[in-house]
Amino acid sequence: MSHAGHPISVRRGLLTPGAAVLAGLALIGLGAAAYRFLFGIGAASNLSNQYPWGIWIGIDVASGVALAAGGFTSAAVAHIFHQHKYEVLVRPALLTAMLGYTFAVLGLFADLGRFYNIWHPMIPMMWQGNSVLFEVAMCVMVYLNILYIEFLPIVCERFAGRVSLPGPLRALNPMVERALRIAQATLGKMMFLFIVGGVVLSCMHQSSLGSLLLIAPYKVNPLWYTPVMPMLFLLSAFSAGFAMVIFESLLSAWTFRLAPETKVLASYSRFLVVFLGVYLVAKGTDFVIRDAYHSLLAGGIAPVMFLVEICAGIVLPLLLLVSPRVRGTALGLFAASGLVVGGVLLNRVNVFLVAFRPPYAQTPYFPSLVESLITLGLISALVLTYRVFVTIFPILPAGECVPARELAAEDIPAETEPYAA
Amino acid sequence: MGSSVAGAAFAQSALAESSANAEDGYGMLVDTTECIGCRKCEWACAQENKLSDKPVEAFEDPSAFEEPRRMTADAYTVVNRYDIPDQPAQHTFVKAQCMHCLRPACVSACLVGALRRQPSGQVTYDAWKCMGCRYCMVACPFQVPAYQYDNALTPVVSKCNFCFNRVQNEGKMPACADMCPPMCLTFAKRSELLRLAHQKIEANPDRYLDHVYGEHELGGTAWMYLTSRPVTELGLLEFDAKAIPDRTEPMQHAIFKMGVPPMLLFGLLTVAMKTFEHKEEE
Repeated sequence: MSHAGHPISVRRGLLTPGAAVLAGLALIGLGAAAYRFLFGIGAASNLSNQYPWGIWIGIDVASGVALAAGGFTSAAVAHIFHQHKYEVLVRPALLTAMLGYTFAVLGLFADLGRFYNIWHPMIPMMWQGNSVLFEVAMCVMVYLNILYIEFLPIVCERFAGRVSLPGPLRALNPMVERALRIAQATLGKMMFLFIVGGVVLSCMHQSSLGSLLLIAPYKVNPLWYTPVMPMLFLLSAFSAGFAMVIFESLLSAWTFRLAPETKVLASYSRFLVVFLGVYLVAKGTDFVIRDAYHSLLAGGIAPVMFLVEICAGIVLPLLLLVSPRVRGTALGLFAASGLVVGGVLLNRVNVFLVAFRPPYAQTPYFPSLVESLITLGLISALVLTYRVFVTIFPILPAGECVPARELAAEDIPAETEPYAA
Repeated sequence: MGSSVAGAAFAQSALAESSANAEDGYGMLVDTTECIGCRKCEWACAQENKLSDKPVEAFEDPSAFEEPRRMTADAYTVVNRYDIPDQPAQHTFVKAQCMHCLRPACVSACLVGALRRQPSGQVTYDAWKCMGCRYCMVACPFQVPAYQYDNALTPVVSKCNFCFNRVQNEGKMPACADMCPPMCLTFAKRSELLRLAHQKIEANPDRYLDHVYGEHELGGTAWMYLTSRPVTELGLLEFDAKAIPDRTEPMQHAIFKMGVPPMLLFGLLTVAMKTFEHKEEE
């Protein structure tokens, strides 16, 4: 990896107003989480016997995993199909995926009534292979570890030969140093296993997230309920993955005042067009075959949400992206990719929350304040952690806008995000 | 890799499941034309399962019938009253509880096997395995399992277990059936109950609709209902005969059978990776 734009650590301080707001929201979220663990799910949420799943599953887990798909799509493009010009996009996507999955699992802790049994799917005597959730759990668990392994080379690059733990931890320095050296020596040869494995596992659990609600045919609105939900989830995860990489790349460039990779991203957006197009065709064909348009005439919020998801989340960005004029500008790319990200997020919220209407339920579910604060806190903590990581590790491509200056170790704050504790 | 291990698990549970279905388990026939709405079954259930120490008088409050109720963490069964539109003085009472499906969606959904269908017909729950993900509640078409949302540390999924322990180890009838006159709740092997139900319908065609609710619904349930009115007027839901797991498991097994497709994808991608690498070197 000896490219012109080799990633470096961002040299901007962390003490910005935006970061302060994120830290505040994360702390409030931590408080809300404490409330949930002290007083139980009933006290903290609006979940009920009829609505057992809320935003902790619909947003934190299902949407979080979908929006973290950039990790495997960018790895596939750059490392499996060797499209090296997209190499600059791999590390930010990997970091997003790693943090996205980590926070999805943290969100899951809030949702699980017996969170301390989260490791049970690992025990062979409890394996229940008929369960879609079992497959999702296994894949996510293995993939999360693969993401950590894929991130290790970046840790080595940053710290090998420069390990200097503070205070009493100083004694560990030689050991950590040796561990990094061993990792450096061995990982390179094995990395292809993890990269390919990560893509396979992602295809498996991204689609299986779509199978989850197949088990509730009498509860899910026919606008969304279809036997091909797993395929639609996989296709939309691909789309979300490509869109998220573009969206984030531009957002980071503007936040950290780096040069946006507009040319690379414009070319990268072709993948998004292809997958989004296939997704639209698949969703449309399925919709027509199932005669689901009758359900559009039903009252309530569901048809509106469905149309917004299709029009604003798929059709509009597709129209924007096929125009070379829009695709060629950073703002055009940002708008189109943002719409796709929002559209996939809306799809997951629609499937897990809006479409789910059990016949015996009286009043529809709406998240409580504490529930929302936990979700908001997790998202804020994620963004903040991302900020901290790009400051410490060489993630983002070196932009031309920033005057060259040697990175001084003192510039790196030791602050970590509150959820890590 | 996780996929091949998972494949082995699929094969195992598919085997276990087919043997479980061959057994003729217990069942219960609810004759809604006989029920007088005394709610003693609710009391007996609460006693047997130590759900509440409310006296029997607490179950005699007629205001409980004002709105149809659903099961909660403290009530594995509830009796609801349904008015007959043109006969205001007459009502139909319907007991609700876990239906103990022959092909339970909750069992198929549970990722750690905390929910199981016993060969004798009861769908039981092992709290110590449970993670509290509540996917069983998402899956149950009858919306039966309730959750101890107010328990912060050791919440359990709450539902009727068909008095598994009482029936299997103490040789007694389920507590509700013990309390109820036998004409209303009949406890026996499911095949016998089906014979009885159809005999009753044949003998009293004016009293009963020719439909044993639970005989075919969702692949059949251990608890079955005889009614004089369409089930939808009695707070029961209409279902196809197709069992819920048949909608998910075939797809899941086809995609991941023995982990072959994931392995194939793994192989293909590895070949692609090496091919593109060589192209680059040339």
